Amino acid sequence: MIEMQDVWKTYPDGSHALRGVSVLIERNEFVYLVGPSGAGKSTFMKLIYREEVPTKGQISVNGFNIGKLKPRKIPYIRRNIGVVFQDFRLLPKMTVYENVAFAMEVIEAPKRMIRKRVMEVLELVGLKGKANSLPAQLSGGEQQRVAIARAIVNNPAVIVADEPTGNLDPETSWGIMNLLEEINFRGATIVMATHNKEIVNTLRKRVIAIENGVIVRDEPRGEYGYEI
Amino acid sequence: MRFSTLLRHLREGALSLARNGWMSFASVSSIAISLFILGVFLLLSLNVNNLTKQIENQVQIRVFLDLEISQAKIEAIGRSIGALPEVSRIRFVPKAEGLEMLRRNLGEDGQGILDDYDDTNNPLPDTYTVEVVDPERIAEVAAKIQEIGDADPDKPIRSVRYGQGTVELLFRVTNAVRNIGLIIVLGLAFTATLLISNTIRLTIFARRREIGIMKLVGATNSFIRWPFFIEGALIGFIGSALTTALLLAAYNWLVQSLQVEFGLMMIRLVTVWESGLLVGGVLIGLGTAIGIFGSALSVRKHLKV
Repeated sequence: MIEMQDVWKTYPDGSHALRGVSVLIERNEFVYLVGPSGAGKSTFMKLIYREEVPTKGQISVNGFNIGKLKPRKIPYIRRNIGVVFQDFRLLPKMTVYENVAFAMEVIEAPKRMIRKRVMEVLELVGLKGKANSLPAQLSGGEQQRVAIARAIVNNPAVIVADEPTGNLDPETSWGIMNLLEEINFRGATIVMATHNKEIVNTLRKRVIAIENGVIVRDEPRGEYGYEI
Repeated sequence: MRFSTLLRHLREGALSLARNGWMSFASVSSIAISLFILGVFLLLSLNVNNLTKQIENQVQIRVFLDLEISQAKIEAIGRSIGALPEVSRIRFVPKAEGLEMLRRNLGEDGQGILDDYDDTNNPLPDTYTVEVVDPERIAEVAAKIQEIGDADPDKPIRSVRYGQGTVELLFRVTNAVRNIGLIIVLGLAFTATLLISNTIRLTIFARRREIGIMKLVGATNSFIRWPFFIEGALIGFIGSALTTALLLAAYNWLVQSLQVEFGLMMIRLVTVWESGLLVGGVLIGLGTAIGIFGSALSVRKHLKV
């Protein structure tokens, strides 16, 4: 599903975010990405949804060579990748329903289909009753659920989540994790960057640890930690 | 693009105008105010143009005929002058009328000077008053009229006058006034453009996050752009239409209340009906265009990956 071959990323200021990363993530895998701040986790994820291009090396997502993609084609690749952030990134002036529907309007889905699918997804994340609320009227956990609903509404093959529980209390975090597991169970490949030791050690999945732009550990059903 | 998508863009453009209430208000006001100033100068400049044209059109050539020529010759000369393509009107002023006019022009204080003259010993020649199509070419026409006289062996034209020297100065002044008006209007249009597109840039800068999210969920650039175009066009149109309505109403009131005063000075103000279409067209056209291009340019900047 996601394959990186000797990927390097050097930013214009000269900092090396990734230095020769090679990795293969299979369809329907659930992967934790761990490592200290500034290790290159965010760059790793940005490369997947083509916010950044590699300085060297190759990345393919869902069979497409992402690095060589023409800018015109980027939107179409993104439609197959759902992205979730620590800070939710909802449109503050749109209702919950509108925020989720937006991702479907973008792909010019028929209105009736949008209505049906958005309500379906809101039910899945447990927010059917708050469809007409504005993001500011929701709790952090609820806002993150909206963001997840938006990420999955178009049935993407890959979900990229950058510290989705970073701003949430432990109990709410577990709720979000259950939701992500459910989405994974339904077939999506999930890559999640996290600092949450308890989650990683309890909900055992593949763990990839990055430090100084290099993968230092890659274990199936691994534990949290990156200092070797 | 699907029709339903177009509808969505229209709805989204109008909605976001409402959602971003204060920013929209700021943009609309900025457009309205800049264009109002432009409109005021536009009307001013239209009136100055009109006035200078009126003055220019009052310029005439006077052809003084020889005292000793026959009636037939007088008529022949008149026909020759009237046949020139540059001449728009020609009027015969017999010497009796000339004397009468002179008396009037001298006023009461000068009455005595002409007391000794009447029809029997009128010292004035018969004249033709000639108006030309293009007042700026009056010198040329005057020379042609002189040639008509010189070509005749009897030399029936004694002199041709059009206020040599004075007329040229008049045209220099009226042209300068017109050009200055044009420069001011163009300068204001440019300033208004900058001011407005800057405001629109600010409103869009405030929404760069929104654009970022749109990109993230896979919106194509044109999909992102459309609602902003529509919003920009709406902002431009509303602002300029408000200004046009206000400006023309104020101007109409002004013209009507000053008509008599200016009329006494022989100045005819341009009416709202004559200027409305031009002023409205320029303001609304410019406002809407700036709205669209301002938002197009700013969105473009934020769309770059």
